[in-house]
Amino acid sequence: MSSIKLRASAKDGVTTVKALISHPMETGTRKDKKTGEKIPAHFIQEVVCEHNGNAVMTAHWGAAISKNPYLSFRFSGGNVGDTVKLSWVDNKGNSDSAEESIK
Amino acid sequence: MTSMKRRIFLKGTLATGALGVAASSGLIAPRSVLAAWSKDAFEAKDINSSLSSLLGSSDLAASDKIKIKAPDIAENGAVVPVSVSTTLEGVESINIVVEKNQNPLTANFILGASAIADVSTRIKMGKTSSVLAVVKAGGKLYSTGKEVKVTIGGCGG
Repeated sequence: MSSIKLRASAKDGVTTVKALISHPMETGTRKDKKTGEKIPAHFIQEVVCEHNGNAVMTAHWGAAISKNPYLSFRFSGGNVGDTVKLSWVDNKGNSDSAEESIK
Repeated sequence: MTSMKRRIFLKGTLATGALGVAASSGLIAPRSVLAAWSKDAFEAKDINSSLSSLLGSSDLAASDKIKIKAPDIAENGAVVPVSVSTTLEGVESINIVVEKNQNPLTANFILGASAIADVSTRIKMGKTSSVLAVVKAGGKLYSTGKEVKVTIGGCGG
């Protein structure tokens, strides 16, 4: 299953994109309560959102974005049925992407 | 295919820091090539050096054209919803900075040509702090802050 829940809706020529990503977003400063050892940092560094293949928004994140990050933003243009794609890459090189048509 | 290219891009930038690798992958616009994820900026412990390495300046002008929406009191510092919007012209990026977090720089949103300067996300806050929205528009930096009281910290256990 994809780690990304993506919704895009167009109204009056403006598209609103909302995304929820499943990711632990470990800061690297938290300790494992049982072993007392630090949990290594593991967080999303880059999120790119494309509309019909053009990047509309690129986000660079630090570890202080909440666990299971939520993101929403708007862009002008975009019609019902257009494709919106969101992809992320984390500090361990993992990545995922999702596509959704605008409703 | 695309994800393959992205992975190569990331490896390239991490290994060498060479922007040429990113440019030659041909995937991203020149503007975002210049702004690959900045380790220096995100790991900096003070705001000035972080903003300098990310945006080339730490000279902030207060602006009432930026709106930051965040709770007055956050019961849980692990999940603090923050929205930033602005009516400034020519916005290049929106940045969220938490003054008293270990690494103040939290998020850097680079807006494409059609993006509207209005982003929302959720952040972690270690303790009560001022949250700054820093907007880069027309090559200059503008900011607005909001104090958020945190009753339970979200960083550390």
